[in-house]
Amino acid sequence: MFDIKAIYEAQSVGDAVRLRLEHPEAQIIAGGSDVLVQVREGKRAGRELISIYGLDELRGVSLDGEENLRIGSLTSFSHITRDPLVQKYCGVLGEAVDQVGSPQIRNIGTIGGNTCNGVTSADSASTLHAWEAIVELTGKNGVRRVPIHDFYIKAGTVDIRGEEGELQTAILIPRASYENTFGHYIKYGMRNAMEIATLGCSVNVRLSPDKRRIERCRIAYGVAGPVPMRAPSAEAAASGAEPSLALAEDFSRAVLRDIHPRDSWRAAKDFREHIAVEMAKRALIESVRKAGGDMA
Amino acid sequence: MSKVGKSEVRVDAFDKATGRTKYYEDRIPPGALYVRIKHAEKAHAVVRSIDTSAAAAIPGVVKVLTCFDVPDIPFPTAGHPWSLDPGHQDVADRHLLNRHVRYWGDDIAVVIAENEIAAKQGVRALTVEYDELPFVLDVQEAMKDGAPQLHEGFPNNILKHTDMRKGDYAAAILEPGLIKVEGWYETPTVQHCHIENHGCYAYEEGGRVVVVSSTQIPHIIRRVVGQALGRPWADIEVVKPYIGGGFGNKQDALYEPLCAWCSTQVGGRCVRIDCSREETFVSNRVRHAIRFHIVSWLKRDGTIAARKVECFSNQGAYASHGHSIVAKAMGSFPQHYPCENMECDSWTVFTNRPAAGAMRGYGMPQASFADESNIEDCAAALGMDPYEFRKKNVMPQGFHDAFSGNTNYYDSFRECMEKGAAYIDYERKMAEYAKDTGPIRRGVGMATFWYNTAVYPISLETSSNRMLLNLDGTVTFQCGETEIGQGADTAYAQMVAEAVGLRSYRDVRVKSCQDTDITPTGLGAYASRQTYVAGFSIRQTADILREKILTSAAERTGHPLGDLDIVDGCIVRRSDDSPVMTLSELAMTAQYDPVHSEHITAESTFTIRSNAYSFGCTFAEVEVDIPMCKVKLVDIVNVHDCGKLINPALARAQVHGGMSMAIGYGLSEQLLFDEKTGRPLNNNLLDYKLSTFMDHPHLEAQFIENPEPTSPFGTKALGEPPACSGAPAIRNAIFHATGVAIDRNPINPHVLFEEFTKAGLIRDSWREED
Repeated sequence: MFDIKAIYEAQSVGDAVRLRLEHPEAQIIAGGSDVLVQVREGKRAGRELISIYGLDELRGVSLDGEENLRIGSLTSFSHITRDPLVQKYCGVLGEAVDQVGSPQIRNIGTIGGNTCNGVTSADSASTLHAWEAIVELTGKNGVRRVPIHDFYIKAGTVDIRGEEGELQTAILIPRASYENTFGHYIKYGMRNAMEIATLGCSVNVRLSPDKRRIERCRIAYGVAGPVPMRAPSAEAAASGAEPSLALAEDFSRAVLRDIHPRDSWRAAKDFREHIAVEMAKRALIESVRKAGGDMA
Repeated sequence: MSKVGKSEVRVDAFDKATGRTKYYEDRIPPGALYVRIKHAEKAHAVVRSIDTSAAAAIPGVVKVLTCFDVPDIPFPTAGHPWSLDPGHQDVADRHLLNRHVRYWGDDIAVVIAENEIAAKQGVRALTVEYDELPFVLDVQEAMKDGAPQLHEGFPNNILKHTDMRKGDYAAAILEPGLIKVEGWYETPTVQHCHIENHGCYAYEEGGRVVVVSSTQIPHIIRRVVGQALGRPWADIEVVKPYIGGGFGNKQDALYEPLCAWCSTQVGGRCVRIDCSREETFVSNRVRHAIRFHIVSWLKRDGTIAARKVECFSNQGAYASHGHSIVAKAMGSFPQHYPCENMECDSWTVFTNRPAAGAMRGYGMPQASFADESNIEDCAAALGMDPYEFRKKNVMPQGFHDAFSGNTNYYDSFRECMEKGAAYIDYERKMAEYAKDTGPIRRGVGMATFWYNTAVYPISLETSSNRMLLNLDGTVTFQCGETEIGQGADTAYAQMVAEAVGLRSYRDVRVKSCQDTDITPTGLGAYASRQTYVAGFSIRQTADILREKILTSAAERTGHPLGDLDIVDGCIVRRSDDSPVMTLSELAMTAQYDPVHSEHITAESTFTIRSNAYSFGCTFAEVEVDIPMCKVKLVDIVNVHDCGKLINPALARAQVHGGMSMAIGYGLSEQLLFDEKTGRPLNNNLLDYKLSTFMDHPHLEAQFIENPEPTSPFGTKALGEPPACSGAPAIRNAIFHATGVAIDRNPINPHVLFEEFTKAGLIRDSWREED
């Protein structure tokens, strides 16, 4: 039994915007795998909820007119993993969200909820950062698009304007971001399922046509700071370079100039830094391999 | 044909698979009130006041009760048999609600409400004022002079100290040329994590209190509830329906006394207490964290000259099972690797942590981790193969323990080790993996254990049961030893069918639900006792029932009594095995005899005055990713000699479950506390790293079936043994993979990072190279 004051079920995106404006204190709920946990813990007990879970228009993956990959915010993790377009253009995202919790959570949890939570450990977040995703928000003034980096304001806070009745309606991976690009995600956890990331690392590369050069390398982490973050020093070290094991070493050590994980009982800072380096190295090697390159 | 020794389908399989079995929550009458407990948010304090006005004003709240309202009756909670000797009774140190808060999570008030939400809101609305006291979490810190004191009458927080002396340790270690192997071994606080959280409900009926509880020990709960309420034990009726596991946590009075008392405070209305998972971690019981100090003195010939063992057991805030656990742990050393000169000491010490109680293995997983780590290090110090070192020193065949009366009748240890080594291909892999030098290395490791069966002679061992011949020739069976998910009911059915002479175990109707008003008195499920102790009374009662059946049959048929037998549900003439009548025919004839009607039933109690050694070992293979500080368990096998198996499939399932617990114990599980406040940090299933199915390789369970001579069915302990040797086997496999001997569990990535850094296997700091 949940301590909920009221629940309003949105009938359309427009209806959801209206409900947001009518009930400014209300919390949006999609799959509920985070919100209901918080209600149970008492953090959001006694609140009003606006459910958008019935809005099928927010489900599914497509290519838009500009061939950007468009993922509806209510698309579940398991649908993302099994989606042919995701598999074709951004397979690593499907692999990343396949590491969320358990099969049950992956069936109910949505990518919109995963990002709107604003937590640094979200399994989708580092990959979306590394692929420079665009967040689509719909409010009373229409659609607004925000780069994912700007969407995350601080731990637990994202750029959704309640006063404008906004809700997240899609996440886009631009064509320029996914074209000829291959990535790898490593989730570091203390066990192999039902786990929250101690650290998440997502790397992707685009190689030159002859596979001898890394044209573009991007890397992002979850849990290396209060919000998911890129590691620009490492990216600079690898972009334009020839793939080699020596490069992987340089690249991976460079991440320490960018990340600042914290010390907590969940993991010590020096431990997180140590594995961040190792993960960067392995994720780069694997990304290059997937892209058809050779590190030797 | 024998009814035992066969992998029969569980008697409750169909009902469980179809969701028909009733657990306590399924039986709660409509309209029951919800009781939510206010847990203290201080590690050590005295409650000065609790303002209940806001809570009482919440719609739906029926009553708020605090630690200032409870009767001043301290009571014990341990699920031990009652002892007529007051000196052997458990420490009574709890109140229903406590003004003296001794751990973060202590029970200080309750809100009783018409619904769960109002009860929860009521708890949040309570305002508590505390007078804070200094607290202590570490077992040896708590023993120091000047440490915060938890209980009156226990100076330096020492609940109990016992020792054991053999030979002359001090003199023995003077022998020239001995090799000294010393270590401190640290085991963690862990929780049982049974699937069904503890819960119960209570109401008054006919001037008595009825408690229905998720417990392992209904008859003991009746006694404790009586004690806590200051009422005659017979005023209490306890009912135990199906339960979703216990592993020892429910071998304690948890919230039954509080629930019963709450009912009496609301006019006998039905009240329910349902523990959340968070409460289960902190405010039920945990496994004792025990710190060991072991000094072994070795002769060059590979024998042990002398050994010193010190055990410091962290009891937490309340006595619960208390010193029994570490006493058992300490007691394992002299028998596991007997040597002439031993000096053992153990202390059980109160600290401001959750109360530790019984948990599967009862001190042995801790002792096994310490002992088998030290033994592995001994072999390494001698340059001996650890397998050979164990074979040379482990309890030999014929070993006899005067206290328990146990004898190692067979060469069980060596038989188990041979089987385990063969499965894992120990010798070859030890040699092959020694060559690994890269970042990812493999290793194999082993560990052994022994375990007593039941609690004789420390405590009473008794088992009672009742058998009733039904009109269809089946037998209804009741006993006080409880089904808690382990499959005991099925084992009983097989043993009853065998002992009475029924056609099939399906002809035994086991009344799974114990009701202390009806069920013959028993002690419950603990100490791996069920099959062993029930075996005695089943054989005895079956003999009585058989005698009654055959006497009745003889009277009614004119056959001489001595010439009758019961075989496969049929009364037969011994001389030529010819059928005389079926049991059903006899039951009908006897019941409806117009002159001498008879309902055939038998009931008896057996006091068990023997014990039995159970043995086994684990072999594990790991792959260690050194830079990632990760261990992958590749393969693991447990081999047990628990005597004859009553049901091999259930035995394997029992072993699988224990191995799973041992894997978590070895690699991931630990309840953590904030050093600054004493607050539990990870009392939920996300942050407490219970190992999952994805963390397990195939779990191989194998057996040696040396029949136990003291048991009517040749059987002995298997419930707890599978949880004992897994963690040290994994530890030793990691040692052989990496050369790093890690003397604390769980061996999780945090620990590996520290240890590998110390050992120079990974770079200290990448930053320095920038």
